[in-house]
Amino acid sequence: MNPETKDLYQEMILDHYKKPRNFLRLSQPSHKADGHNPLCGDKVTIFLNLENGMIQDIAFQGSGCAISTASASMMTEQLKGKTLPEAEILFQHFHNLLTHENADASRESLGKLKVFEGVREFPMRVKCATLAWHTLKAAQDNQEQPISTEKT
Amino acid sequence: MSSPYKKDFPILHQTVYGKPLVYLDSAASTQKPSVMIDRLSNFLKTDYANIHRGVYKLSQKSTELYEKARKNVQHFIHAAEPSEIVFVRGTTEAINLIAQTFGKMRVHEGDEVLISGMEHHSNIVPWQILCDEKKATLKIIPILEDGTLDMHAFAALMSEKTKLVSVVHVSNALGTVNPVEKIIHMAHERSIPVVVDGAQSAAHLPIDVQRMDCDFFVFSGHKVYGPTGVGVLYGKKSHLKAMPVYQGGGEMIESVTFEKTTYKQAPEKFEAGTPDIMGAVALSASLDYVREIGIQNIMEHETALLAYAHEQLNKISGLRVIGTAAEKSGVISFVLDDAHPHDIATIVDREGIAVRAGNHCAQPVMERFGVPATTRASFGLYNDQEDADALVKAILRVQEIFK
Repeated sequence: MNPETKDLYQEMILDHYKKPRNFLRLSQPSHKADGHNPLCGDKVTIFLNLENGMIQDIAFQGSGCAISTASASMMTEQLKGKTLPEAEILFQHFHNLLTHENADASRESLGKLKVFEGVREFPMRVKCATLAWHTLKAAQDNQEQPISTEKT
Repeated sequence: MSSPYKKDFPILHQTVYGKPLVYLDSAASTQKPSVMIDRLSNFLKTDYANIHRGVYKLSQKSTELYEKARKNVQHFIHAAEPSEIVFVRGTTEAINLIAQTFGKMRVHEGDEVLISGMEHHSNIVPWQILCDEKKATLKIIPILEDGTLDMHAFAALMSEKTKLVSVVHVSNALGTVNPVEKIIHMAHERSIPVVVDGAQSAAHLPIDVQRMDCDFFVFSGHKVYGPTGVGVLYGKKSHLKAMPVYQGGGEMIESVTFEKTTYKQAPEKFEAGTPDIMGAVALSASLDYVREIGIQNIMEHETALLAYAHEQLNKISGLRVIGTAAEKSGVISFVLDDAHPHDIATIVDREGIAVRAGNHCAQPVMERFGVPATTRASFGLYNDQEDADALVKAILRVQEIFK
């Protein structure tokens, strides 16, 4: 396997793909949104229990590639117990890590999520990694009415 | 056994991440032979000018070459007359043109348009738009488990309400070769006209529109080893004559006053504005190249290669081919138990192999077979068994990573 591929498909990502965490429905979510990348067939639904601006519980369902699944899994792990502003900052850092040359600051604050840095070498896969995050945003932003989000 | 034609395609002689490029995405677009590239370059260096209007020498030369290209297409698909060949941008534009002119004439409220469940979006959406406009109904001929058309269902779906049938010749997602002559015969028995989408067949099977007796046949230049931006709409003379105009502008008019404008006959009637002159000339060179090799030879080479690839892929446990018709052309779509097409395509890319992952602009097909996406390897005349072997090796590598 060449080094970049090894970076992208490293053990942690494969582990989260084969055994995704928080891969369930919440029975009474306060927010929910669907994310879909019709170009490649990745589908994700994010369930949230938001209380007083804090993510009490978060889970996901869906089917997709290793990158999108692992990303959703690790995102839900990281965000449990975080406030919405904290989640937003993490998303900015995550996006930065995947798309910008100088991502040192971002890398530091991301904890486990920094394993996705390898996606930078695969620009066509960035949308896979960010799908869950964009869907999460959609879940938040539509506090009254969770909607279906289609990403292209 | 190497393909003798690989050397004709300069782009194929490169390495990708240090590995030789193995191009298995001809269904998305074919690569271009040197003769076409050179012909295009020479045309632009010596003969190019706008066509039809100029009195000067260059324009005359350019016009001759453009019209020669039209005749070349006519002969390539065995049409009766060059005036039955309209140059358009591609298959998608051709189908939209037919839907918005012929379709508008023939389809009215309460009528039905029949397409199949294996169509590319370009042979679905224009008909949806037409049916919406006209308050007509779009009906779908179902696909069987092996990816073939349910011909019994097709027969049952046709009624006096059916005003048009549009089907793909070769499915870009499944590889199925549809029995178009039979379909056309059955439709014509009930006076229903048939549009055949030849995007995936024109480069791989001999096309004879007169023997097929299709009312329309459409295909794209860039899938027949030609340039992007040019495609062909073939229509029977009587249809083209009766159809209203599509785009208005220069070239397609006889005379223009603010009170009244009169139009030319086909094909000019449907070629508004300056056409893709370079595209037509380059396409003509590509068709010459294909004709020189012989479409029959190409078909035999590709049929053998496809059979070999199927055989090798079927040996891989956990791999399922989607689309197992007895008669297939050019395309193998598959899914792997443990890995998503996107991941497969990324990993094999790093081995130098170009395949496509996704829904191949055929979301309904994916839904029919219960898969979110497939990985698709598709062959052109420059592919050979070595390419198939490289693909197999790369898939096994994917399985190692994902086991």
